[in-house]
Amino acid sequence: MSAVIERAAPRQAGPQAAPPAIELRGVSKRFEKRLDLAGKLARALGAPVREEVVHAVDKVDLSIRKGEVVGLVGESGCGKSTLGRMVAGILEPSAGSILWHGRDLRSLSGAEAREAKLKIQMIFQDPYASLNPRMKVQDIVGEAPLVHGLVRRGELDAYVDEQFRRAGLDPSLKRRYPHQFSGGQRQRIGIARALAVKPDFLVCDEAVAALDVSIQAQILNLFMTLRRELDLTYLFISHDLGVVEHLSDRVVIMYLGRVVEEAPAEEVFARPNHPYTRSLLAAVPRIEARKRAFNTVQGEIPSPLNPPSGCHFHPRCPHAMERCRVEVPKLREVAPGHRSACHLNDAA
Amino acid sequence: MTTPPTLEVRNLRTHFFTRAGVVKAVDDVSFTVDRGKVLGLVGESGSGKSVTGFSIIGLVDPPGRIVEGQILFQGRDLTKLSEEEMRDLRGNRIAMIFQDPMMTLNPVLRIDTQMIETVLAHQKVSREEARQRARDALGQVGIPSPDERLKAYPHQFSGGMRQRVAIAIALLHKPDLIIADEPTTALDVTIQGQILAEAQKLCAESGTALIWITHDLSVVAGLADDIAVMYAGKVVEEGPVAEVLDAPLHPYTLGLIGSVPSRNRRGEPLRQIPGMTPSLLNLPAGCAFRSRCPRAEPRCAEPPPMAEYRPGRFARCIHPHLEEVAAA
Ligand SMILES: Nc1ncnc2c1ncn2[C@@H]1O[C@H](COP(=O)(O)OP(=O)(O)OP(=O)(O)O)[C@@H](O)[C@H]1O
Ligand SMILES: Nc1ncnc2c1ncn2[C@@H]1O[C@H](COP(=O)(O)OP(=O)(O)OP(=O)(O)O)[C@@H](O)[C@H]1O
Ligand code: SF4
Ligand code: SF4
Ligand SMILES: [Mg+2]
Ligand SMILES: [Mg+2]
Repeated sequence: MSAVIERAAPRQAGPQAAPPAIELRGVSKRFEKRLDLAGKLARALGAPVREEVVHAVDKVDLSIRKGEVVGLVGESGCGKSTLGRMVAGILEPSAGSILWHGRDLRSLSGAEAREAKLKIQMIFQDPYASLNPRMKVQDIVGEAPLVHGLVRRGELDAYVDEQFRRAGLDPSLKRRYPHQFSGGQRQRIGIARALAVKPDFLVCDEAVAALDVSIQAQILNLFMTLRRELDLTYLFISHDLGVVEHLSDRVVIMYLGRVVEEAPAEEVFARPNHPYTRSLLAAVPRIEARKRAFNTVQGEIPSPLNPPSGCHFHPRCPHAMERCRVEVPKLREVAPGHRSACHLNDAA
Repeated sequence: MTTPPTLEVRNLRTHFFTRAGVVKAVDDVSFTVDRGKVLGLVGESGSGKSVTGFSIIGLVDPPGRIVEGQILFQGRDLTKLSEEEMRDLRGNRIAMIFQDPMMTLNPVLRIDTQMIETVLAHQKVSREEARQRARDALGQVGIPSPDERLKAYPHQFSGGMRQRVAIAIALLHKPDLIIADEPTTALDVTIQGQILAEAQKLCAESGTALIWITHDLSVVAGLADDIAVMYAGKVVEEGPVAEVLDAPLHPYTLGLIGSVPSRNRRGEPLRQIPGMTPSLLNLPAGCAFRSRCPRAEPRCAEPPPMAEYRPGRFARCIHPHLEEVAAA
């Protein structure tokens, strides 16, 4: 399949190359937990109560070229969904900027902002909370294309049917409400909804996690076809490293709000550099393995409310040194296109 | 054997009576889980795995109801119990980890309030003792600094953290049976390993029986003793994990295993089972997999019975893969 092999080759970024589809510059997101009344009173009386801040995303730089598939993996709670939401324009960064084809999302005029919002679609992690329970699923899928003039009312029915079929859903179910569907069926409704507005850029947040592997294969094949035919770009968030390896050109690994490693997919899986990445790859369950004892996490799992100093991974890292406790490691190139944030790379 | 198995489901049928017709979500499902054992329940999305779980813990909402079958928990038929008796078992001796963690969690209550209330509902301990148990349970599932975290509301947690709180609540009373519905989909593999290790410990130390519903065949491979594969409301294959994964009998199981990304070449289209899941409202007569099955023959228009083709190996197919096939 020449088309498939072709797409795996990195695209040339010549001098006059177009700006990346999406570029994040020093993007951070903080969630502040406001004190409730009791907390404020206590503080007024001199108690050592402080407002809690979660650095969900901490100074992330990332650029994604048009037509590229970037896999985003990392620990649960490390900020992947938050990052995805910011890329999709649903959340505002607390600091830094996000460029859409070279232009700051915040600087866009009303019409342009709406256009960007339509062109960047997100498939949400939670197939339960992301569908309006009071709408029939045909309206959930068909509303936006109609409102935005992508399809005429007379053609809407056929259009919705087509979106359903593409996502592997029987169109005869379209007059039902979300609660009448299984988890994986709801996830496919979310996929159909996102694809129905003909996006350029898809943020897939655990988009296939609730699907059995055969339907998952169907959806992933659809994603790959759309990419080939329409040059769709993807930020693909997933815990399933097998899926990420299969699909991505490049993989970004996060730990507690920071990017700790970034490299072409083959490179990450063949030569992982960061100790967290290595622990991830070592923990991947294999279908060939039979009944075995699973391992508990070594060391202490840190809290995002109170992240460890220096390298966030040091309480769990088998190679931690004194320096790791005090100094934040910088992302540095360890091979062409391969960056990692670990002090061990300095020794070498 | 004198003691009955922890759970024995016999010919369970749970149907939804909708305006458009009867949805036979679970249609003749039987299986057994012994003390300390793990059954992996896998299968097509929409095939009735969650509804099977809801049926066991007695949480099927109208227009759905159990129309037939027995659910024997330690020998007692749960379908015959009153709502009050069920409530007593639920959360105490039988727990379910829902696919949607918000079915366990109340969005307007802080995590600590919810967990402490759960402890107090079934155990006579002080509030402080209850708080301590809640803290320990969260530590087990890898939620750090539980003291501060306990004061948060569910929406302030990430998807995986909510999932782990739901797991922690299920573990609180060391129940005899846990039904875990896709419990680790939102967790990275290191934390997933932690949860699986805790689950194994519970089985080994407390004799808890587990039903682990998942799409991740690699997790099933490492965790489960037996596996049951569902398709369109029925169990179509059952047996010891290793044998089913190495030499599946049913064409659906074989197709499923072939779709796993690690069994495909990187970047190439993944193998998928042709065709689409039939609507449960109008299933074809005979074998429901017929329109997608490469081995279908005229006899498949008759409903195939569940048959034992090898010792302990059951399949609902009249033309199973008895010849040597590589599952890859
Ligand atoms: N609305 C919010 N208020 C307060 N904290 C939040 C909020 N949303 C997210 N957080 C916190 O931000 C951090 C990152 O959350 P996020 O959902 O981005 O993680 P994630 O990487 O997607 O995790 P998962 O893999 O579990 O889905 C978590 O510590 C979470 O508790
Ligand atoms: N309230 C309802 N009304 C009508 N049909 C329903 C209702 N709830 C579930 N169903 C149907 O019952 C079938 C079984 O649903 P169930 O949730 O058990 O599937 P599942 O095997 O858990 O799938 P998944 O892997 O996608 O979670 C589905 O086809 C679903 O559409
Ligand atoms: S910087 Fe230190 S603690 Fe962090 S990953 Fe590298 S060796 Fe481990
Ligand atoms: S009974 Fe027939 S159609 Fe059904 S799975 Fe077996 S061979 Fe295929
Ligand atoms: Mg998330
Ligand atoms: Mg389900």
